Amino acid sequence: MLAVPDLTVAKGEAVLLLGESGSGKSTLLSLICGTILPDRGAVNIAGTDISELSGGARDRFRAEQIGVIFQQFNLLPFGSVADNILLPLRFAPERRKRAGHAATEVVRLCAALGLPSSVVGVRANALSVGQQQRVAVARALIGQPPLIVADEPTSALDANSQAAFLDLLFAQTEAHKTSLLMVSHDPRLGERFDRILRMEDIAQIERAAA
Amino acid sequence: MILRLAIASLFARALTVGMTVLAIALSVALFLGVEKVRTGAKASFADTISGTDLIVGARSGSVQLLLYSVFRIGNATNNVTWESYQDIATRPEVDWMVPISLGDSHRQFRVMGTTPAFFEHYRYRQGRSLEVSEGVIMDDLFDTVIGADVAATLGYGVDDPIVVAHGLASFTEHRDQPFRVSGILEKTGTPVDRTVIVSMEAIEAIHVDWKSGAQVPGQATPVDVIRQMDLTPAAVTAALVGVESPLQTFALQRAINEYPQEPLLAILPGVALQELWGIVGIAETALLAVSAMVVVTALIGMMATIFSSLNERRREMAIFRAMGARPLTILGMLVLEAMVMAAAGALLGLALLYIGLAIVQPIVDSAFGLWLPIDAPTAREAWVMLAVIAAGAIVSFVPAFRAYRLSVADGMMVKT
Repeated sequence: MLAVPDLTVAKGEAVLLLGESGSGKSTLLSLICGTILPDRGAVNIAGTDISELSGGARDRFRAEQIGVIFQQFNLLPFGSVADNILLPLRFAPERRKRAGHAATEVVRLCAALGLPSSVVGVRANALSVGQQQRVAVARALIGQPPLIVADEPTSALDANSQAAFLDLLFAQTEAHKTSLLMVSHDPRLGERFDRILRMEDIAQIERAAA
Repeated sequence: MILRLAIASLFARALTVGMTVLAIALSVALFLGVEKVRTGAKASFADTISGTDLIVGARSGSVQLLLYSVFRIGNATNNVTWESYQDIATRPEVDWMVPISLGDSHRQFRVMGTTPAFFEHYRYRQGRSLEVSEGVIMDDLFDTVIGADVAATLGYGVDDPIVVAHGLASFTEHRDQPFRVSGILEKTGTPVDRTVIVSMEAIEAIHVDWKSGAQVPGQATPVDVIRQMDLTPAAVTAALVGVESPLQTFALQRAINEYPQEPLLAILPGVALQELWGIVGIAETALLAVSAMVVVTALIGMMATIFSSLNERRREMAIFRAMGARPLTILGMLVLEAMVMAAAGALLGLALLYIGLAIVQPIVDSAFGLWLPIDAPTAREAWVMLAVIAAGAIVSFVPAFRAYRLSVADGMMVKT
């Protein structure tokens, strides 16, 4: 059982959530993204209590409002870079409208994230890990969702790549006033964020005796 | 886009997917092949005799008459007297009439007495006539023309002697009057292939010294004497009739069936063939059922493949979920994937069928006389393929439902 008395991320704010594995980070992210429901309480995102929504509406809401970045294995390996970046738009008509001309937006995002335009048609599993993570960022950013949720996106990168990756990510979130909630176990990332929270400070875990 | 991704995902698993598609393709090819052979056999069967409007024999059943007169199976219960034969032959509606006399055999093959008109009027497979591949049609009293199977089985060539046995499966032979093979017919795929054809007079000639089915002891008329005798037959077993105008067929049939002097039966070959097919058709249905089971097996194989792929694809499903795909979308994708596999299998199966047909067609035609036409796919084949795709979708619901439950449980985090 995970209890989170209060967690708020303001619009445009970048929050780093530190926690060891088993601290309930994944459960919290699932709650925020609406793939699981809280037993009690509410999850408000961009003014909507998603715990009140039906399952399908929560999925749709996630597609429209949240960009998700995983720690690795982010991409569909058999899809092209463009396929991967455009994937969330497939489930989010509003977001697709916001994205404007999708193919142009893909090229723009790739360029902004330092990916050569030649990479757009390449199969995702042909890219390096660093490139894959940037494609994952482009996918989270496309159509400018108000919230980006990132689950240890830098853990597969070396220190230099980590810094470059965060530069690119912040450049984009700041440009569009996007809120960023990043989960990590690495406190060294903290200096770039507006706020640092620790799982143990915001949440209590009660485990049923196993 | 989802379809494209599903196809890309299938290509990423090319080996297992390829095997599954191949299994479906082979089963579909088998099913369609059986279907082709079935319709081909039915058509060949119906083509056994064409161009003949009526078959006349002693009164029995229509299937029985067809069996012994055309297929040389079973025996006539009675003969038609030569007078009745003449009577019918001279009717104005009758264009031509060919007598058939059966009852003797050579080895396992039936001997049929007839007239040269038989070669002129007998037609099979949409009006093809009999052709001699070697030698000529008989012109002497003791000449015989043999079917392709007779020649092939017994190794006969032109000018070889033949001794005809009295009756069927009999040890009494007409040794005194040996025949000479004058010609060998081309393969037709009809019972003619298994027939030894002699003239009507020859049938009389070999029975000169016979009375009531037994040789008269001590009597052996020399061949020279026989040649001088009047060999007009006393009776015929059956007769093939062509009418002047098709409109007269039914009137003539009724007239023959009501012939006052003798109980006769006239049948329409096409109708009797349909009746007979109704009997042998059960086997074809069984064959079709077996090949349908093979298709079902292949589809269940596909179901197993999808099942076993689910575990390694949980990550992929989690990505879809994180991007906002509903669990129902995941289910739909797996069903779509199965339909793509089934469709690919069905199309490949169709291609295999045509390749197979192109290779097998001449072989089957010469070996079995079974003509398998290579036509554009029929509506029936299109339905079979649609049914395979639909069945693929249905069986895939089982693994797809499991994927649905997994993706509800996993959400966007795969707990491994």
